[in-house]
Amino acid sequence: MAVGEVMRMEVPAGGDLTVTSPELHVLAVDDSIVDRKVIERLLRISSCKVTTVESGARALQYLGLDGDKGVSNLKDLKVNLIVTDYSMPGLTGYDLLKKIKESSAFREIPVVIMSSENILPRIEQCLKEGAEDFLLKPVKLADVKRIKQLILSNEAEECKNLSHSNKRKLEEEDIDSSSSSSHDDSSVKDIPSSKRIKSESENRSSLL
Amino acid sequence: MDAIVAQLQRQYRDYTISLYQQGILDDQFTELKKMQDDGSDFVAEVLSLFFEDCVRLIGNMARALDQTGTVDFSIVGASVHQLKGSSSSVGAKRVKGLCVTFKEFCDTQNYEGCVRCLQQVDIEYKTLKTKLQDMFNLEKQIVQAGGKVPQVDIN
Repeated sequence: MAVGEVMRMEVPAGGDLTVTSPELHVLAVDDSIVDRKVIERLLRISSCKVTTVESGARALQYLGLDGDKGVSNLKDLKVNLIVTDYSMPGLTGYDLLKKIKESSAFREIPVVIMSSENILPRIEQCLKEGAEDFLLKPVKLADVKRIKQLILSNEAEECKNLSHSNKRKLEEEDIDSSSSSSHDDSSVKDIPSSKRIKSESENRSSLL
Repeated sequence: MDAIVAQLQRQYRDYTISLYQQGILDDQFTELKKMQDDGSDFVAEVLSLFFEDCVRLIGNMARALDQTGTVDFSIVGASVHQLKGSSSSVGAKRVKGLCVTFKEFCDTQNYEGCVRCLQQVDIEYKTLKTKLQDMFNLEKQIVQAGGKVPQVDIN
């Protein structure tokens, strides 16, 4: 399977699929050292592995998307989520988002954008480009918990769909009861991701 | 010993509440405290980074405003924007408020306004630094006297 794949769940032939809470590896991108410290802490408290970088360029370098080989092949550096500031010198968070979604290796990695400015066209632009969510700064613990839940329930969805096991029905029951997604699971599964993001943005605009 | 601890805790509580009431801190500072577990210095570390940021960014602003020729307000504005961001992230309410005003003066290229804001921002971050130092000292005294630092309920 390609590097940068969100998550791989080994489905034993005859066994149960129990979804224990996996440790997400999050790449956090922010040019502010204060914000990097805060987001790192928030993610660590939420039991995530965290790598922080100070720019979009560094983020691409870390992922191995800047042309250099090397780093991208190392398994333990696999990233499950990217959280990035929007306003950064050089590559903005939006530019970074586009580059990631254009990459066949990394487009499946969910990207969350953070910004101190509540500009609706900006939010819509990011969601349209494939951002998973948009967080208004200052980021709080509740925001990170919500994102983590969203990512984990998305991954559980994907594993459900990838499963070819005979025990599929039993496994679905297990996953549905353990994931606490706020969306109606059965409808989310069949809707293409761009539409799902559109309905999420509608939900979000009403919250803002 | 207990009477001393109780008195220090009372002092600490009153002092902390006053910082919020004066609008020096806001609930993002409360959020930072929530992120710290007992024994760690997370809040102090973040604030330390913030104060270093203040020195650096205010330095940038001062240099940009000190041009004998034309002032590039976009350079000043860029540093103000960064300071606004980090002050918001640590709950430094007054500093953040000043940055909002400062940014407007940058956008309208108001030189006097910018210079005034620069002076005020400099005073304000130093004031915050002193007050937080007093607050951290009280925490230390409480612990040294054998007590626990109380969770202060702002609301």
